[in-house]
Amino acid sequence: MRAPFARLTAVFAGDRQADRVVPPTGIIARLTGFTAAAMAFLAVFALALSLASGRLAERWSSALANSATIRISAPAGQMETQTRAVLRILKTTPGIASARALTREEERKLLTPWFGPGLALDNLPIPQLIDIRETGTGFDAEGLRQRLSAEAPGALLDDHSRWRRPLALAADRLRLLGLISIVLLAGAMAAMITLAANAALAANAQVIRVLRLVGARDTYIARAFVRRFTARTLGGAVAGTGLGMLAVALMPSAQPDGGFLTGLGFTGIRWLWPLMIPPLAGLVAFAATRVAAFRTLKGLS
Amino acid sequence: MIDFQKVAYSYGGGELLSEVSLTLAPGSFHFLTGPSGSGKTTLIKLCYGELLATAGRVNVFDADVRSLSRDGVAAMRRRIGVVHQDCQFLDHLPLAENVALPLTVSGRDADAADLADLLTWVGLKPLSAQRPPELSGGERQRAALARAVIMSPDVILADEPTGNVDWEMSQRLMQLLIELNRMGKTILIATHDLNLIRSTKSQVPARVLRIRNRRLQLAGSDL
Repeated sequence: MRAPFARLTAVFAGDRQADRVVPPTGIIARLTGFTAAAMAFLAVFALALSLASGRLAERWSSALANSATIRISAPAGQMETQTRAVLRILKTTPGIASARALTREEERKLLTPWFGPGLALDNLPIPQLIDIRETGTGFDAEGLRQRLSAEAPGALLDDHSRWRRPLALAADRLRLLGLISIVLLAGAMAAMITLAANAALAANAQVIRVLRLVGARDTYIARAFVRRFTARTLGGAVAGTGLGMLAVALMPSAQPDGGFLTGLGFTGIRWLWPLMIPPLAGLVAFAATRVAAFRTLKGLS
Repeated sequence: MIDFQKVAYSYGGGELLSEVSLTLAPGSFHFLTGPSGSGKTTLIKLCYGELLATAGRVNVFDADVRSLSRDGVAAMRRRIGVVHQDCQFLDHLPLAENVALPLTVSGRDADAADLADLLTWVGLKPLSAQRPPELSGGERQRAALARAVIMSPDVILADEPTGNVDWEMSQRLMQLLIELNRMGKTILIATHDLNLIRSTKSQVPARVLRIRNRRLQLAGSDL
């Protein structure tokens, strides 16, 4: 464990003389920085997507576990009787913490997004809704359905599982896709840095030969390249992450009725998560360049 | 210091050196001669591990070169100063940094005064900020010699060190090598310049080795 750490600290400690023995790699180094910045920018969005999906999945799962609705559709004359009957049944049903009938005002609010404000609810055959809160153990949905059909034939139990479960599953998958995207971005970055390092090593074959001839160890030569590519990648990733975080911060803030996209930003301590991207990019660059450098050096006498 | 035991080297299906046995004792001075393409550079490269013998055994500082790790080869090369035929500089670095390169790669700082003395010794102090492509052939040869001795190596191998310079400059370079030999360094110089060998032999007890028909032999009065 100590040896890899020592290798890492040796890279970041810097060595001005060692850096000078390898000539500047010009366009290759600049492209490495740019690509790292672009990858980090995309990684910030993938991370934001993943975290937002996680929040959504949790919210939906939690709602799924704790609530249900009963809808009563009955002729106007029977509505009140059936509502009372349903509330009575619910009172005696194990696993139900509370149940209450929504007021006309609450129902109007629920329908406003679809019908607009100023809805004359009294003129429409709107069903009565009963909101149920469960205890931690939950209730026997099938048993409740049978009791309702016997005592309040217009009542229909909706335990939300029909639509909340696939949505929670979709949100979970979206979170997974976000994480896979981050891993793929890291892999693409490693591949890109390996190619760039190989090109730089090939372009400096004569320099490496001279260094070997005057007694340079492979570690010394590799470190000069590793330090250069790690620094370029780190610099690019810092810039890309900064821009990505700024772009996320400038997105519309989360609104309760704003849907999924307005909740894409980071919240609270989660703003620290994207700060992990530059060091991770640096680690990827360190490992990729080191492997490429030692593989090339082994082929030289 | 360096010991060859029945060494052969083959390349591209043909044998370039065959049955070569050679011992370079501490403080000795050897010339290696032979026609162009006879294998002088190959023999020098076998001495510092750039090439590996295809048969026989090369011992350097009592270690079989073939058995050395890559770090072992690097450590061995720090004890051997080599003046390459084509000098082998880093063109992006100034002359002073090229000369100090063996110290740099071994993690040591070059003492500014020592480096200045060394550059003065080879007559290149005024050119220390120049880059290798801006130097003449003779200046590059002297700079290569300065780089070869900066680690105070036990052995100095020089491959045609006077190949690109006029007679006066070649005499000056030889004086530097003779001076180093008098300081106890083991010297092996590959050259096809017989006049240079004759003039040097009058100043230092040097042995002359000749490669003929892939084999190494001691040259005598036929020089």
